Amino acid sequence: MSLLEVKDIVLKFGGLTVIDSMNMTIKEGSIMSLIGPNGAGKTSIFNSITGFYQPNSGQINFRDKPILRKKPHKITQAGMARTFQNLRLFKNMTVIDNVKSGMHCRSHTGFLGSVLRSPAQRREEKEITEHCEKCLDFVGILDQENRSAATLSYGDQRRVEWARALATKPKFLLLDEPAAGLNFDEKQQLIELIKRIRDELDITVLLIEHDMGLVMKVSEYIYVIDYGKNIAQGLPEEVKNDPKVIEAYLGKDDD
Amino acid sequence: MSTLDIFLQQLANGLILGSFYSMVALGYTMVYGIIKLLNFAHGDIYMVGGFVGLITLSLLSPFLGAGWAGILVAMIISMILVGLLGVLIQRIAYVPMLSAPRLSILITALAVSMVLYNFVMSMTSGEYKAFPVDLGYDGLEFGNVFITYTQIILVSSTATLMLILHFFISKTMYGKAMRAIAIDQDACRLMGINVKTIIAMTFFVGSALACAAGVMAGVYYGSIHFFMGFLIGLKAFTAAVIGGIGSIPGAVLGGLILGLLESFGTQLPFIGSEWKDVFAFGILIILLLFKPTGLLGKTEIERM
Amino acid sequence: MLAKNKIKLNNIYALLVVVVLAMPLVANNYVLNTFSDVWFYVIVCLGLNIVVGYAGLLDLGYAAFFAVGAYTTAILTTTFGMNFWLTIPFAMLFAALSGVIIGGPTLRLRSDYLAIVTLGFGEIVRLTARNLDITGGSSGIYGIERPFFFGIEMNGNIHFYYAFLLLAFLAIFVSYRLQYSRLGRAWQYVREDEDAAEAMGINRVRVKLSAYVIGAVFGGVAGSFFAVKMTAISPETFMFTQSILILLGVVIGGMGKIPGVVCGAFILVLFPEIFRFVGDMRLLAFAVIMLIIMLKRPQGLWPSRLG
Ligand SMILES: Nc1ncnc2c1ncn2[C@@H]1O[C@H](COP(=O)(O)OP(=O)(O)OP(=O)(O)O)[C@@H](O)[C@H]1O
Ligand SMILES: [Mg+2]
Repeated sequence: MSLLEVKDIVLKFGGLTVIDSMNMTIKEGSIMSLIGPNGAGKTSIFNSITGFYQPNSGQINFRDKPILRKKPHKITQAGMARTFQNLRLFKNMTVIDNVKSGMHCRSHTGFLGSVLRSPAQRREEKEITEHCEKCLDFVGILDQENRSAATLSYGDQRRVEWARALATKPKFLLLDEPAAGLNFDEKQQLIELIKRIRDELDITVLLIEHDMGLVMKVSEYIYVIDYGKNIAQGLPEEVKNDPKVIEAYLGKDDD
Repeated sequence: MSTLDIFLQQLANGLILGSFYSMVALGYTMVYGIIKLLNFAHGDIYMVGGFVGLITLSLLSPFLGAGWAGILVAMIISMILVGLLGVLIQRIAYVPMLSAPRLSILITALAVSMVLYNFVMSMTSGEYKAFPVDLGYDGLEFGNVFITYTQIILVSSTATLMLILHFFISKTMYGKAMRAIAIDQDACRLMGINVKTIIAMTFFVGSALACAAGVMAGVYYGSIHFFMGFLIGLKAFTAAVIGGIGSIPGAVLGGLILGLLESFGTQLPFIGSEWKDVFAFGILIILLLFKPTGLLGKTEIERM
Repeated sequence: MLAKNKIKLNNIYALLVVVVLAMPLVANNYVLNTFSDVWFYVIVCLGLNIVVGYAGLLDLGYAAFFAVGAYTTAILTTTFGMNFWLTIPFAMLFAALSGVIIGGPTLRLRSDYLAIVTLGFGEIVRLTARNLDITGGSSGIYGIERPFFFGIEMNGNIHFYYAFLLLAFLAIFVSYRLQYSRLGRAWQYVREDEDAAEAMGINRVRVKLSAYVIGAVFGGVAGSFFAVKMTAISPETFMFTQSILILLGVVIGGMGKIPGVVCGAFILVLFPEIFRFVGDMRLLAFAVIMLIIMLKRPQGLWPSRLG
C-alpha cells in the first residue's frame, strides 16, 4: 500500500522551474532515498511535501488524503515529521524542551489548565516528559536532556533533531541529509538507527543523502532526480549502475 | 470655488505632501532593500534634518539672507551633516547587531529613534521653532486655484533630487553595487565589492534625502518641532509599502499616492480632517494585509 | 551548589514579599503612591513580556490595550452607572477582542511589519478616543467614581497600593505558570524559530495570537484599575511614548525573565524619582540606557542563570 503519492509536481520560483513534473510513490513500511546532485531540487521536494513550499501544480496524497496547500503544522499533525538540512534547533532551550515541541500537537492543555495546574494538566505534562525522554533514549542522548541545545556537539545536535521529529509520533519521517557533518562512527550508528526507526517504531522513512555508501546500505528503493526531473528509480544495485545516474553525477564524457 | 477648483487645489496640496513622503520613503526603502532593516530612526532623521537646517540657515542668513540662495546652501550643508549622522548611527548601532536576532535589531533601531527624538525634545523644550525664512506669498493663479512659487520650487527640487538619485543608482558604480548587494550580499563580497562602504553609502544617501525633506518641510510650513518625525516616519513607511518596500520607483510612487489619497480623502464628507491620520494608518494596515508586496515590489519565497 | 543558591534566592524573595506587604505601615503617601505606580508597571510590563519576551513579537502599541481597559471601565461606570467590579470582565473582554481584531490578521506578517502595524494601531486607538463623543473627545472622561471594597471606599493611596500589589502578585503568578507550561514553551519555540516550530506541528498564528490576547488582557485589567485610581483619563495618557516606556521596562530587566521584568518596572518608576535632577531629560536618559543595553547586554540586566 502506498503511504505517500507525489504526482506531477511542478514548482517554480519566478522563471526558474525547480521541480519539473516529479512523481514518487512511497510504500508503507519502507526505507527509501531521494538522491541527486547539488541543486537538483531534493530539499524543494521535501518542502513541497511538508507544506513549506506551494507547488504550482500536481497532487500529493498522504494516507490517501490530498495534502497539497495544507499548512505545515496540519501536515505534521496528520503524521509526517521532518528534519532540516541545516540544523534548526531551538538553540537557547534545553534538549528536553526542544523535544517537547514535538509533543505539542499531541497534547491539549490551554491557558486555564496551565495557570491552575489542573490534575489533567499535570498528567499530560508527565506523559509529555516521559514520551520525550523515551525519544531521547531511542536516539541515545538521554543523559544530555537538561543541557542547552546549543552546547551539544554537532552530532548530538543532529540527534536532538531526530528525537524531536520522533516525538511528533509520525507515520512517515523525512530526513534531509541526516549524515552531513557526522563522523564515521556516528554514520554507522545512524544506519542502525534508521533501521530501528522502521522496525521498532513502525515508521516509514524517506531520506535525502549525498553519502552513497550510507544510501546503498539502508535504502530499499531509490529515486534519482536531476534538474527537478525523475531520471531513474529502482533498487540500489539497479540505480548504482544506471548510466543516466552516473552521467548526472559525473557529467557527460564529452563535456 | 467649483468642484474642479477644489480638485486642482487638492491635487497641488497632495503633490507637495506626497513629495515629502516620497523623499523620506526613499531612505526607508533603500536601507530595507540592502540590509532588510526597518530603520525606525528614519523619521527622526528627517526631523533632525529640519533642525540642522534651521541652525545652518540661522548661521548663514546674515550673509546670504533669508531667501532661496541661503536655503539652498543651508540645505546642501545640512544634507552632508545629516548624511554623516546616518552613517554614524549605522556604525554605532546597526553594525554590531547585524547577526543578532531580528527582534533585537528592531528594538535597537527603536532606541536610536527615541534617543534622537528625546534629545531634540529636551534641547527645544518641546517647543515649535520658527524657520527663519522669508519667501513671500507670490505665486501663480489658475482661475481660483493659487499655487505659490514656494510650492512650485519645492516640488521641482524634490523632483530634481529624485532624478539625481536615479542617475546615481542607475549609472554609477556605487549605485550598481548597491543594487547588487540587495540581491546577494555574499556573492558581492566574493566579487570584491566593499560591502561595508556601500551600506554606509546607502545610509548616507537615505539620510541626506530625509534631511532635504526636513528642511523643505521647515520652509513650507514655517516651523518645525521634535514630534514631526514620528508621523511622517510612519507615513513614509506606509508609502514605501504601498510602492513595494525595496523598490526605489515604488517609494516615489507610493509617496505621491499617499499624499494624494490623504489630501483627497480628507475632502470626503465622512472622513474629515480629524480622521486624517486614522485614514492613513488604516490604509497601511489594509495594504499590509492584502498586498504586502506593494505595487512594484517582488514576491519572494523565503528560503528554508 | 545550584540548589543552595536557589534556597538563598527564595529567602530573598520571601523577605521582599514581607517588606512590600508591610511597607504601608511606615511609608508616607508619596512613597505609597510611587510604589502603586511600580506595581502598576509590573503588571503591564509582565503583560507585554508575554508578547515580546515569550513570543518574540514586537508590539509598539501596547498602550492601546491598556486604553481599551481604562475606557471600558470609565464609560461603563460613568455613562452607564455600572459597578466598578462588574466592569472588569468587560474590560478584559474588550481588551481580548481588540487583541483578536488586530492580531488575527496581522500576526501572519513578518516581524518588522508587525511592529509598524501595532504602532499604527496604537495611534488609531488614541485618535479614535480623541475624536469620539462617548470617550469624551480630547478632554477624556473625568469624575470616575472610586469603587467600594466590602463597604470601604477605595479612596486612599493605601487602598490602591494593595490593589495594585495584589494584581502584580497575580500577574507574576500567572506569568510563572504560563512560562513553564505547554503554551509557554510553544511561544518560545515560535520565538526561536518559526519554521521549525511549524514543522513540529505548531500552529504559529494561533500560538502568537494566544500570546497577544493574553498580553492584551493583562493590559486591560491594569487599565481598568488605572481609571478608578486616577478618576480621570484622557487620550494623551495612552500616547506612543507610554507603549515605549512599557517596552523599555521589559527590555531593561531582560525579556522573557520574570524577575528581570519586575526589576525593569522598578527602574522605570524609581529612576526618575531618585534622579530628580534629570527632569525633562528622563526619557532621553531612558532612551540612551535602552540603546546601551541593546548593544552591550541584549539579554537585559537580570543575570540569565537566575532567570
Ligand atoms: N525559496 C527559493 N527561492 C528561489 N529559489 C530557490 C528557493 N529554494 C530553492 N531554490 C532553488 O531551487 C534549486 C533547488 O534547490 P534545492 O535546495 O531543492 O536543492 P537540493 O537538491 O536540496 O540541493 P543540495 O543537495 O545542495 O541540498 C536551487 O537552484 C535553488 O537555488
Ligand atoms: Mg538540499
